Amino acid sequence: MNDDPQDLKQRVNRRQLLKLLGTVGVTPIAARLLPDLLPHLSDASPAQDKTESRRIRQWVLVFDLRKCEGCVTIGEAPQCIEACNAEHFVPKGQEWIKVFEMESPGGHSFFLPRPCMQCENPPCLNVCPVGATYMNEEGVVLVNHERCIGCRMCMAACPYAARVFNWEQPENPPGATFATYSPEYPVPHRQGTVEKCMLCAHRTMDGKLPACVEGCPMYAIYLGDLTEDIATNGKDVVKLSLFLASNSAYRLKEELGTRPRVFYIPGHGQESGHDIDEHRPVIPARSWQEQGVSLDDPQGGH
Amino acid sequence: MDTLTDMQQAERKLEVVVLRPLTQTSRRWYVWTASLLVIVGIGIVAYINQLANGLAVTGMRDRVIWGLYITNFVFFIGISHAGTLISAILRTTHAEWRRPVTRMAELITVVALSIGGLMPVIDLGRPDRIPFLLQYGKISSPIVWDFISIATYLTASLMYLYLPLIPDFALAYDRLRGATSSIRLKLYGLLSLGWLDLPEQRRRLTRGINIMMILIIPIAISVHTVVSWIFSMTMRAGWNSTIFGPYFVVGAIFSGIAGIITVMYVFRRIYHLEDYITAKHFRYLSYLLLAFDLIYLYFTFAEYLTTGYKMEEGENFLLRELLVGQYSLFFWVFVVGGLLIPATIIILPWTRKIPLLVLGSILVNIGMWLKRFVIVVPSLALPLLPTEWGVYIPTWVEIAISAAAFAGFALIFTLATKLIPIISVWEMKEGWERGLTARAPEPARSAPTLAPLAADTGGADEP
Repeated sequence: MNDDPQDLKQRVNRRQLLKLLGTVGVTPIAARLLPDLLPHLSDASPAQDKTESRRIRQWVLVFDLRKCEGCVTIGEAPQCIEACNAEHFVPKGQEWIKVFEMESPGGHSFFLPRPCMQCENPPCLNVCPVGATYMNEEGVVLVNHERCIGCRMCMAACPYAARVFNWEQPENPPGATFATYSPEYPVPHRQGTVEKCMLCAHRTMDGKLPACVEGCPMYAIYLGDLTEDIATNGKDVVKLSLFLASNSAYRLKEELGTRPRVFYIPGHGQESGHDIDEHRPVIPARSWQEQGVSLDDPQGGH
Repeated sequence: MDTLTDMQQAERKLEVVVLRPLTQTSRRWYVWTASLLVIVGIGIVAYINQLANGLAVTGMRDRVIWGLYITNFVFFIGISHAGTLISAILRTTHAEWRRPVTRMAELITVVALSIGGLMPVIDLGRPDRIPFLLQYGKISSPIVWDFISIATYLTASLMYLYLPLIPDFALAYDRLRGATSSIRLKLYGLLSLGWLDLPEQRRRLTRGINIMMILIIPIAISVHTVVSWIFSMTMRAGWNSTIFGPYFVVGAIFSGIAGIITVMYVFRRIYHLEDYITAKHFRYLSYLLLAFDLIYLYFTFAEYLTTGYKMEEGENFLLRELLVGQYSLFFWVFVVGGLLIPATIIILPWTRKIPLLVLGSILVNIGMWLKRFVIVVPSLALPLLPTEWGVYIPTWVEIAISAAAFAGFALIFTLATKLIPIISVWEMKEGWERGLTARAPEPARSAPTLAPLAADTGGADEP
């Protein structure tokens, strides 16, 4: 309609300006987004330095499988699961720590408790669209249930199947509505959000051992701290690095590069008197309701 | 009347045929729309049930965390690629035969995207927290990539649908005066943005369309690429693949072409568009369909052979279940019914007939839906630690909502045909004008059959 030279000139100028603005604007944005897109390419060491100097704990779990016999020799359900269920009022049908019976070469089997691996490079964290899953300063992967939108992408991403979902509104213990929710102790539980083991962040905060560590009658579970290089099962205290190295500890699916903070010392419960030729299946664990715990005695399971 | 040239007669007839559905509605249309509404209504009831009782009313559980909803999501996003291909690519390459089918194709894109985009929302555990995606959106998440690219694609394809509609809205405004309600007339007037068919207006419109048709191609490719990355950004067997992006894009275009052939056939039958949508259109589109069929077959072969040849435990478990195990029926119906039979129908000259081509296209989309199902579910059911396979049996809620999604797709289409001309009239005319100057005139072929009709409709047309 109006193609006079004046107008054309203005338009060209505007276009050049936009181009310039675009280039200036896009470059720093792209530069800032790149580390977000590929988080593990930027080395995690700076964060570690910081926590090292400030002596913030870096929690790990060690499962001494020489002691773990799935609680079959004592004729009980795995006590770690029941303690966890009671501690967190874990919704019925869920197990935040699960005990698997693994096949060993030669046809025998051993027991493998699997909590959340608290990966240093957690695949679940990167894929969360709203940042509901995050890692706290102590290296524990937490879920903010007030943020979680329930897309379950983290469950798809987790190679250890450590996450579970509240498909319906879970039953909460009486009085839970008045409990103060925190990602470290996610009670009351909420429908449509993802749950998982959070290494009893609320207990370690107070200098207590996680419920599973305390609940294990065989003292097979150790809570360790990488910064102090120390670990304990509630009875013995060991030097973590030496304990892991001298007992050929391994981690699950190490080849995936998730760098789990849960270690296993190979064994089949021999130190707890498990006879490898005698096959007994794991007994199903009781929920907190079946154990009859309430909010007043949160350690009821132990 | 006698002074009208062949060309003018053809144009007049085109206008009548295309504008007729906007003013005349048959009883069958009401019955059809009502039945679709019933199905959508049942779906809404099912969704309300799901909102009230949580996702526990679905067959999804902690192992198989995604099911029909995500399958439908991938399926509808795939169908949406029809618009891009037919319209943008054919426009860019100046394929003249595209003219009568671009509008339908663009409409498919918008409708399928809307339905497809709704599916993950229905799948959410906390749909009330959707705004968090904007508030706290994290760029490292494939879900956010999807959100961005689908929103961009929907915006762009709405613009791309609207731009070529402007002259047709003006036409509807001119021609339907007196034949329709004044509100609707006003709407057409408003939407035509004062279109007077001035050379400058035409120049600008063409420019706008040209920009959009180029822009929309990378956007569309990005959409199905990031849809696939929801899966392949994880380390699960079957999903942990580098070719998933292109594999999904090809699959999307493949099912999109099949979608447009089906839709074309339905509209041709119902609105008597036989003069405009001819055997040639079915033939050409089925050649494209064949090309993508073979590319998809090749991708499928490449994907499964390279994983199956090696001994990786998870991949081998999965492949065995797909080929001979619990999912083998789905898998082989997809391969034979969705790839091989349609390809055969197109390749053999004596089966290359419109009804069979449409049947082939429907088979393609049944096969592609099953393919999406065996992409989504088995990789989730596969044990990550030594346990049993996860079980997934969809419940009536999921089935009702899925049925409502398909019915909703048909419903939006049905309603749209009452509002917008289903063939781009001005682009058809433009094609004829160009045809007259450049090559043999296209309308001449239909001219003989046209004479009585033109006389018949000419009077009714002019008030």
